[in-house]
Amino acid sequence: MLQIKNLQAGIEDKPILKGIDLSVNAGEVHAIMGPNGSGKSTLASVLAGRDGFDVTGGKALYNGNDLLDLAPEERAREGVFLAFQYPVEIPGVNSTYFLRSAVNAVRTHRGEEELDAMNFLKAVKVKMKELGLGEDFLKRPVNAGFSGGEKKRNEILQMTMLDPRLAILDETDSGLDIDALRIVADGVNRLRRDDNAQVVITHYQRLLDYIVPDFVHVLNDGCIIKSGDKSLALELEEKGYDWLIKEAA
Amino acid sequence: MSQVDTANPAVEPVEAFTKLEQNGAALMPLRKAGLARFSESGYSTLRDEDWRFTNVKPIAELPFRPTIDPLGQGIGQDQLGNVTFGQLDADRLVFVDGHFNADLSQIGDQPSGVTVTHLVSGLAGLEREAGSLSGGDDNPFVALNDAFFTDGALIRIADNQCLTKPVHLLFVTTAGKDGEAAHIRNWIIAGANSQGTIIESHLSLGQAATVTNVVTETRIGDGANLEHVKFQDQSAKAFHLASLHSELGRDARYAFHSIALGARLSRNNLRMRLAKPGIECVLNGLYMMRGQQLADHHMIVEHAAPHCDSHEYFNGILDDQSRGVFHGRILVQPGAQKTDAKQTNKNLLLSDDATANTKPQLEIYADDVKCTHGATIGEMDDDSIFYLRTRGLDPSTARRMLLHGFAGEIVERIRHDAVREELDALVWGRLEAVHKFD
Ligand SMILES: Nc1ncnc2c1ncn2[C@@H]1O[C@H](COP(=O)(O)OP(=O)(O)OP(=O)(O)O)[C@@H](O)[C@H]1O
Ligand SMILES: [Mg+2]
Repeated sequence: MLQIKNLQAGIEDKPILKGIDLSVNAGEVHAIMGPNGSGKSTLASVLAGRDGFDVTGGKALYNGNDLLDLAPEERAREGVFLAFQYPVEIPGVNSTYFLRSAVNAVRTHRGEEELDAMNFLKAVKVKMKELGLGEDFLKRPVNAGFSGGEKKRNEILQMTMLDPRLAILDETDSGLDIDALRIVADGVNRLRRDDNAQVVITHYQRLLDYIVPDFVHVLNDGCIIKSGDKSLALELEEKGYDWLIKEAA
Repeated sequence: MSQVDTANPAVEPVEAFTKLEQNGAALMPLRKAGLARFSESGYSTLRDEDWRFTNVKPIAELPFRPTIDPLGQGIGQDQLGNVTFGQLDADRLVFVDGHFNADLSQIGDQPSGVTVTHLVSGLAGLEREAGSLSGGDDNPFVALNDAFFTDGALIRIADNQCLTKPVHLLFVTTAGKDGEAAHIRNWIIAGANSQGTIIESHLSLGQAATVTNVVTETRIGDGANLEHVKFQDQSAKAFHLASLHSELGRDARYAFHSIALGARLSRNNLRMRLAKPGIECVLNGLYMMRGQQLADHHMIVEHAAPHCDSHEYFNGILDDQSRGVFHGRILVQPGAQKTDAKQTNKNLLLSDDATANTKPQLEIYADDVKCTHGATIGEMDDDSIFYLRTRGLDPSTARRMLLHGFAGEIVERIRHDAVREELDALVWGRLEAVHKFD
């Protein structure tokens, strides 16, 4: 589904990603861990198409096509979803209106019929209930004044409604209380199918108890310095990153 | 005044006064005092601190033509059918060039104790009150208004009464000559525990450089709850000057919304005096300017009693070479403890040539208060656009959504459903028609 080959990217001449190799196949869950500032969010941003990052080398293929060549909205319509580490507050833009427009943009691209207001509401209310979001949520502007936890749940709600093929979750667990963590993890797990994949960026092994990864990668200074199975996350939890960084050096 | 047009001589103040005296001698002291103040001050200049960013020289240079008499050509109902709020289920007072038009107005059955009429007919006994709230203001346009106002609305709601329908004050100018000036005076007196919604709209039917100069005095009693929506959508050469003077009683609720879309230059002076404890006062404004337009909101919110909340929210969308001016002064008097005053002014610049001048001013003489202010001037937020694009929305849809949202933040504070919905649709339509999103 996703093949990243020797990907290098930076910002204003400052290299951040220094040659990333990563393959994600349908049906897999990958966890990416690594110290603060190692480039995890940058990788997510480059894959989602944020302006301002210069790709200086390598490539990223999505279903065999050049992902980096597509505009952000084209990537989204093709099934790439990024749950933001810091979801953006958009005052004045009604959540219902926003989400229905997004869902219909994606549906239209897939050749599906647009959802009318009623069918959309029906669908979204079921998902909101699963995520423990109250109904007043739909009347509020997108993320405006939301608590940290509400913002993260909103990301998962959007993901659920957009039904992506490749979901990248950037620290969706940070700022969540224990109950919310379980709710969010359940939300992600419900989406898991043979024809989609998740890349989960996290600092905490805790999340990986709920969303069990097939692979765990450690990113340090813009390179993946170690990959393993879920036991690697346990080992990191116990020993930190230092030993790995030394081993890699 | 240099540009007197000989074919259409401008009105001499003396001549105007003779006519106005015939309409009510009791107001003459107010008029004379106004004229004297104006003769003393003249028009404001950029050197006046309160007018630093708004140059009224183009108004000063116009021929002086107060519309003391109704202008020749009348207008018919057909010309008002499609105007904003024209179909709203409301009692409607229509004023044409500052003169009440009974044929175009409709006043239904309001409860006894509610008076909805035009000032000239209902003023008897109130003459001495006129100017009691605006009197202390040194704004030259208030002085001019004192001197030359022809008419306006009078709304009185007795204690414990509600307006059963909103009252719509529709002010239109038909003027075809530059300098024709409608001086309008409104009086709103809301008794204790009274309620109501008032919509004030200002439109132009002509295209000339007309002047609308409106002064509104509002006395809001203890426990009263009033919503006031002011909508200004005048033509491209028009000048619009407005001044609102409100005094609020204990536990009063007052929401004033200013939607400024039209006119070459508009200025709204808002003077709120929170005189008793427990008041909640919201000033909420949206200005959308393009071309050479300028919209100026200048407010003083005076907290003269403890335990009052005041919030000002003003958003401006500025395109082309247009300008937005915001001056928000919060004055907390000694003893006004537990004041909660918030103020925000956000400006979205859609062009490199648009400018915003914003000046918050906190003046606090009490120690146990919460006062915050924030102002932003900038372009559309890239992070927000990116966020929307990652959800599948194309850039033009994303920009449109943000712009609508920016305006919607203000519009959605209007509580009256029909008014809010009509304005929302109008603002969206206007943004769609005017702005290029690609
Ligand atoms: N817009 C930017 N301008 C300049 N430097 C940036 C920018 N964005 C990221 N960086 C730098 O790139 C590096 C990687 O940042 P990134 O946000 O990808 O780290 P991260 O692994 O997600 O960290 P964290 O765990 O704290 O979220 C950091 O040194 C950061 O300061
Ligand atoms: Mg990060």
